[in-house]
Amino acid sequence: MSEQTNKGALRRFWDMSPDSTPKTLFVAVTLCLFASMIVSAAAVALRPTQEANKLKDKQINILQVAGLYEPGMDITEAFGASFEPRILELSTGQFTNAFDVTSFDDRAAASDPATSIELENDPASIGRQSKYMTVYLLKDDAGEIDKVILPIHGYGLWSTLYGFIAVEENANDIFGLQFYSHAETPGLGAEVDNPRWKSQWNGKRLTDENGTLQITVAKTAPPAGADYHVDALSGATLTTVGVDNLVRFWMGEAGYAPFLANLKAGDI
Amino acid sequence: MAQTRRALLLDPMVDNNPITLQVLGICSALAVTSSLKVALVMTIAVTLVTAFSSMFISMLRNQIPNSIRIIVQMVIIASLVILVDQVLKAYAFEISKTLSVFVGLIITNCIVMGRAEAFAMQNPPVASFLDGIGNGLGYGLILMMVGFVRELFGSGSLFGVTILETVNNGGWYVPNGLLLLPPSAFFVIGLLIWAFRTWKPEQVEEREHKIQVVEAH
Repeated sequence: MSEQTNKGALRRFWDMSPDSTPKTLFVAVTLCLFASMIVSAAAVALRPTQEANKLKDKQINILQVAGLYEPGMDITEAFGASFEPRILELSTGQFTNAFDVTSFDDRAAASDPATSIELENDPASIGRQSKYMTVYLLKDDAGEIDKVILPIHGYGLWSTLYGFIAVEENANDIFGLQFYSHAETPGLGAEVDNPRWKSQWNGKRLTDENGTLQITVAKTAPPAGADYHVDALSGATLTTVGVDNLVRFWMGEAGYAPFLANLKAGDI
Repeated sequence: MAQTRRALLLDPMVDNNPITLQVLGICSALAVTSSLKVALVMTIAVTLVTAFSSMFISMLRNQIPNSIRIIVQMVIIASLVILVDQVLKAYAFEISKTLSVFVGLIITNCIVMGRAEAFAMQNPPVASFLDGIGNGLGYGLILMMVGFVRELFGSGSLFGVTILETVNNGGWYVPNGLLLLPPSAFFVIGLLIWAFRTWKPEQVEEREHKIQVVEAH
């Protein structure tokens, strides 16, 4: 008897017009459940591939800035064979083993109050700066440091530019600079990706004989000379100013200067 | 039936093009046409989303309550767009980096909503699917034409292959910087609409307002 009324209720529900309140609620709830299941299944199933892509992209950029990248190479193998990632404590300029290098995330660290500081003097407009950064050491066959790849970032015109600068083992000569993420104006500010512009960085120097930071990105060469000058991007004054600020900030005392001093003294 | 299926696919190319006749989806057409590669991926993404959302909506059309039909359509479209975005991030990472924001914006692309509301709600699934493919390709056709002009004259290349060696890379061609910026797509699309309507005068709309000449006293 009760079974029959149940069946009847179900049947009545099924025959209801789609515009009735119960049917409307039913359609909305079922559809949302169904859609959320599909979306979350896709997100979970594809996450490992996406993470691998992100990591590979970063590794390609590090290989490129160190001048080792060739199209078609096995990225993971080439990266693993050449580079040693280390966590650097910026204030002391020494490596630290306080964090696991494979899971440490510079960007997450920069927003965590425990591992970052709020900048008062902030020419690169980054707000908070992580006290620790992941740097990559390129070693030669004898196991000596050949180059160091240092992550840098700062604000341009529209966006934060994220990149790497490769510095030679003498801690003063620049080997290359490359940005891997930015949203500057195509054709103007986005020319930071232009190979001809990027090639200017090769062989420039950071500091003069007195140890004063001289590197600058500007329209005209500074008094210190052409060795410290990278030409501005034409038509992209604000991006140029941003790149100048961020390079000088990261190469200065608040950035990698203590580390570079240690590297120069052989104290690493 | 075969004839109408053909028409469903081919009508949106020229005779009922979503961009040049219906003037829908202009926003994304400005944003993704600075290079052909990006425009091609966007075309594929929009075509797939339009086709499958039209099909699913058509399958459910007799069950969708009238009062929440727009929300139901949006849920289906949004789920498909997230799916496309996730797949791109996993298998076409380079392109997804330049496209990501715009893939998300397919949700608000008027073409997808327009076909769902205007066609899929009244027609069977197969026809709706074909209509979605046709409209996606019609959108893509214009995207590729605009992308061709913008990439060739804006960066001197096609699909990233250098055709005109630019001055910045040591060549002779001074690229037209305007073509790399979104407003230039307005000019190119405008010229395309003019060309289409000169070729097919029946696409010219009736004037809504006539200027009245007041006779002098």
